[in-house]
Amino acid sequence: MPDAIYANNLCFRYGDEPIFSQIGFSLCAGDFAGVIGANGAGKSTLLRLILGELSPTAGELRLFERDVRRFDAWSRIGYLSQNGLSSGANFPATAEEIVTANLFSEIGFLRFTKKAHREKARAALAQVGMEAYAGRMLGSLSDGQRQRVLLARVLVSEPELLLLDEPTNGVDAETVASLLLLLSRLNREKGLTIVMVTHDIARAAEYLSRIFCLEDGSMVELDKAQLLEELSHKPAGAASLRKGPENHGNHGNSGI
Amino acid sequence: MVIMEILEYDFMRRAFAVGLLLAVIIPCIGMIVVLKRLSMIGDALSHSSLAGVAAGLILGVNPILGAGAVCIAAALSIEIIRKKLPKYAEMSIAIVMSAGVGLAGVLSGFVKNAANFNSFLFGSIVAVSDFELRLVILVSCAVMAAFFLLYKELFYVALDERAARIAGVPVRGVNVVFTVLTAVTVSVASRTVGALIVSSMMVVPTACAMQFGKSYRHTVICSIAFAVAFTLLGLFVSYYARLKPGGTIVLIGAGCFLLILLAKKIASRKRVL
Repeated sequence: MPDAIYANNLCFRYGDEPIFSQIGFSLCAGDFAGVIGANGAGKSTLLRLILGELSPTAGELRLFERDVRRFDAWSRIGYLSQNGLSSGANFPATAEEIVTANLFSEIGFLRFTKKAHREKARAALAQVGMEAYAGRMLGSLSDGQRQRVLLARVLVSEPELLLLDEPTNGVDAETVASLLLLLSRLNREKGLTIVMVTHDIARAAEYLSRIFCLEDGSMVELDKAQLLEELSHKPAGAASLRKGPENHGNHGNSGI
Repeated sequence: MVIMEILEYDFMRRAFAVGLLLAVIIPCIGMIVVLKRLSMIGDALSHSSLAGVAAGLILGVNPILGAGAVCIAAALSIEIIRKKLPKYAEMSIAIVMSAGVGLAGVLSGFVKNAANFNSFLFGSIVAVSDFELRLVILVSCAVMAAFFLLYKELFYVALDERAARIAGVPVRGVNVVFTVLTAVTVSVASRTVGALIVSSMMVVPTACAMQFGKSYRHTVICSIAFAVAFTLLGLFVSYYARLKPGGTIVLIGAGCFLLILLAKKIASRKRVL
């Protein structure tokens, strides 16, 4: 399996402040990876490096076998930002309009949206269980429903790699469980590679195929079985883990 | 009969033509400005445009052209500062506005015909020249064409710039085109509705429309409808009550917005009861 993301000796600093020093990892197509770490550890910075918004200070970062500085196939990447939920909350647009917006590369510059594009947007909404809300204004939806719409917006362009920056932030426990289940299904059934920055590892761990921890400028891969074992001894973690679905063990990933 | 009486005058026909064209294009710009959380940009540009007006009057160039040039420079400066200080985007507006007002203040001391300069503060829609009418028509056609062609691009950039870039939208180019369109719209509108009032024309119809919008498209149409209604009513009222048209149009808009908010509050209370 080719690497979706490959980092070698990756370094990054904000001015004089080092964020990463010589981190290395690779993600195969089909991985569902979680990235955890304390506030300020550089989780969102890592996503911004992958998105080409920041340039590595040193080292190598490749996306689909291509240096990120020269990568131009951004339609293969889907990205859900950390503040998408709050910043778009009162945007005066329907769920369908929001989702259709991400079909830009398919529609084309200075071209107009057609019926087929709207149907595709509805199909993406159906994928996240929001088809019935296609005509509803974003502001009239709950946080969980809005997050699903934003996920549909990312999915509509059929990306191969999904980058999610704390997608479960600000939504209730029930919605967190259903979002994680949905992501797990997309990963399993469509082979979608997912990188998810999360603080909610207690809930997310069982769905992830790989778990990375950013700490003190370095990045280590955690042993999932050991982490689940540790989490099961914590009352809060055990409670949240029990909310997960029964059948989630086999993700069918090749890169683990 | 009343309508016919007003339209007998050439200056009122021009005022209606200019007013209606601006009522269509200003909300198109205003919608994106509001959604990008840059409502004050209209204020910054229109205040800065006064420096161009003063420069034009001093140099003997048409003041609207001077206003246009300064507006474009101011708008691009805001965009550059906004990119340099993304976490303090609103600061870019304050910096450019204060610099523009400062420059206008200094230059106004050299303007010989103060009355002409003052007419740009509150506008003079009933004193539009042939050249200004043609300019408004030209700018209106350009803004309408750009808004129509860049409809989905502007929508996505206003919604989420980063996601738009990843989706392939040429965000920088779209922003530059939009910035220039905003600047030229503000400069022609400052002559007619007034530099001190034009930003209200951008924000108030959009604010009213957002109370009713059932989709983005519907909100755009509603904001144009509100702006057209405010302009028509404002011109009628100002003609018969002998008031300044620019101020009257904006006051009607602001009053309408307050009434809408009040009506919504009463309606929501009735639902609770």
